[in-house]
Amino acid sequence: MISTQRIGRGAYLASCTLIFAFLIAPILVIVPLSFNAEPYFTFTEGMLRLDAEAYSLRWYRQIIENELWTRGLVNSLIIGIASTALATALGTIAALGLSSPAMPGRRIAMALLISPMVTPVIISAAGMFFFYSALGLAQTHIGLILSHAALGTPFVVITVTATLSAFDTNLTRAAASLGASPFLTFRRVQLPIIAPGVISGALFAFATSFDEVVVVLFMGGIEQRTIPRQMWAGIREQISPTILAVATFLIAFAVLLLLTVEWLRRRAAAPQTD
Amino acid sequence: MDSNTNIKTTILSPRLRATGLMLPLLAFIAITFIAPLALMLVHSVYDPTVANALPETLNLLREWDGKSAPDEAVYAAAARELLNARQDRSLGRVATRVNRVHPGLRSVFTRSARGLQNVREGLYRDAMIGLNPAWGNVQTWYAIRSAGDRFTARHYLNALDLQPLPDGSIARQPPERRIYLSLLWRTFIVSLSITAICLLLGYPIAHLIAHSPPRIANLLLILVLVPFWTSLLVRTTSWIVLLQTQGVINDLLVTIGLIGDDDRLAMIYNMTGTVVAMTHVLLPFMILPLYSIMRAIPPTQMSAAASLGANSFQAFWRVYWPQTLPGVGAGSLLVFILAIGYYITPALVGGSTGQLISNMIAYHMQTSLNWSLAGALGGILLVCVIALYLLYDRIVGIDRMRLG
Repeated sequence: MISTQRIGRGAYLASCTLIFAFLIAPILVIVPLSFNAEPYFTFTEGMLRLDAEAYSLRWYRQIIENELWTRGLVNSLIIGIASTALATALGTIAALGLSSPAMPGRRIAMALLISPMVTPVIISAAGMFFFYSALGLAQTHIGLILSHAALGTPFVVITVTATLSAFDTNLTRAAASLGASPFLTFRRVQLPIIAPGVISGALFAFATSFDEVVVVLFMGGIEQRTIPRQMWAGIREQISPTILAVATFLIAFAVLLLLTVEWLRRRAAAPQTD
Repeated sequence: MDSNTNIKTTILSPRLRATGLMLPLLAFIAITFIAPLALMLVHSVYDPTVANALPETLNLLREWDGKSAPDEAVYAAAARELLNARQDRSLGRVATRVNRVHPGLRSVFTRSARGLQNVREGLYRDAMIGLNPAWGNVQTWYAIRSAGDRFTARHYLNALDLQPLPDGSIARQPPERRIYLSLLWRTFIVSLSITAICLLLGYPIAHLIAHSPPRIANLLLILVLVPFWTSLLVRTTSWIVLLQTQGVINDLLVTIGLIGDDDRLAMIYNMTGTVVAMTHVLLPFMILPLYSIMRAIPPTQMSAAASLGANSFQAFWRVYWPQTLPGVGAGSLLVFILAIGYYITPALVGGSTGQLISNMIAYHMQTSLNWSLAGALGGILLVCVIALYLLYDRIVGIDRMRLG
């Protein structure tokens, strides 16, 4: 009886290990391959023997020297930062309204505001292409910033309403009774407490824009090529190990974002005793 | 005075203030997101190209009995309007629209318009039939009349492998043109399979994380969140590197002698590639809702069940599993919703056999330039997603959606 339980437990842990490997291994395998001295996508014998000559930074050098990648990074940052700022401001303000118990039609408003997140991006991109072309905003940074902001707002709304659900409304009432204006109450009482949620939402929105390729594919011109757009071209046309170097950089960036968000979450979850 | 305004702000305005706070974003989403979707739907039913180019012809065709070729007046109007269309460069678009109703008519239009320049006067009917016998064909005029409708359900019918017949009835497309229903069906089946695989893989992982000591749980959770945060394009690239014929896994299998160098496995650029890569991308969306439900189930329940004589399977099936159903529902619905609209991964690793409905929408948007059909396919997909989204709201509640 006990031995069958042990076998069961062993099988359970073994399958969990395999599933974790399935989740993580594909991401880890890219990192060493990006230092491949040869233009191959697989481990060379030299790499397996850990020969120093089998590894090189040549693909990283190519990124820096290639204007397409550097311009892509600049475009990604411009579009990402501007759309994040817009999404965060609008999303935070809306979340304040949505969290109020007095909000009429809360459920339907929430459904509308979250809809950009669940709508297939191909549909959003097709519609945006028609719409922004008609406005003359296709192939402009403005068009992409507005589109990405729309796609990013649901993340801000979700994270900020989640933080606000734990917010003690007595605090705003206390501030108001002490004579603070609603704006002052927001800035000095509410915002510091919900800040982790706001920043998490902003990071989600930025990550969304920074990884978005379909809308850029449909609406962006040569001048709006972003990093994901450049990667798309690289994967489709001729896949060179440069892509693996960019991918490694993006993995490092993702880990950084993830650790920041987790740190913020823990900060928000910790009891506010002071 | 002061206390008066205070009462106003605290008692009278909360409703208004809450609405006022939400309105800017609602307006922003309405303009930047809902309006584009609406425009796409308009494109799927409304196309004035032919109606604008051939108004007189269409007007005369309304009186036409439809049994034999129309009379001279129709030909004269058509000839004049085709020449005009050629002059203002809209002929190509008009020809394309008519061609969609009746394949083969594009060249009839463009060539005849060129030939018509030399016809000075006289009987246009004979002249046009002389230029191309298709002009004497009843089907050609049916096609023009049909393409002349500003509003049409044709593209939706087309997206469902149906076609309107000249007598107003609806028939199935000829077998060689029936592609969309089977593609929709394939998308549905593939999404369902991916959801099932995600549940199968995600359930034990969520269970392990939920019932580990906090320190280990946090570490394991990071292992789930790293892929969640990593760029989709990066993850797709990883699978290309792993699965391609000269890739890491095939190399490994050849090195250890499991397969010969000549029969490397085709694991990518086909449906296998799509399913594997999409499962990897969507798995965190299954694990996270399951984990948040499981975390709330006290492990002592299982010991209680065991002490009451249940074996571990009974304890799991009768005590644990029913309590996780909300998480199973939330995760499965979310994964399924995301899967049926997936575009990027199938486009990059699906090859020709691993394409889903979204890829067909992209094809009509970018390659065939049949935007109306793209809009109709998008409309059908959108209806499916909205239905599932409302179901999700019903079962889980949209306001209970959490990230990570």
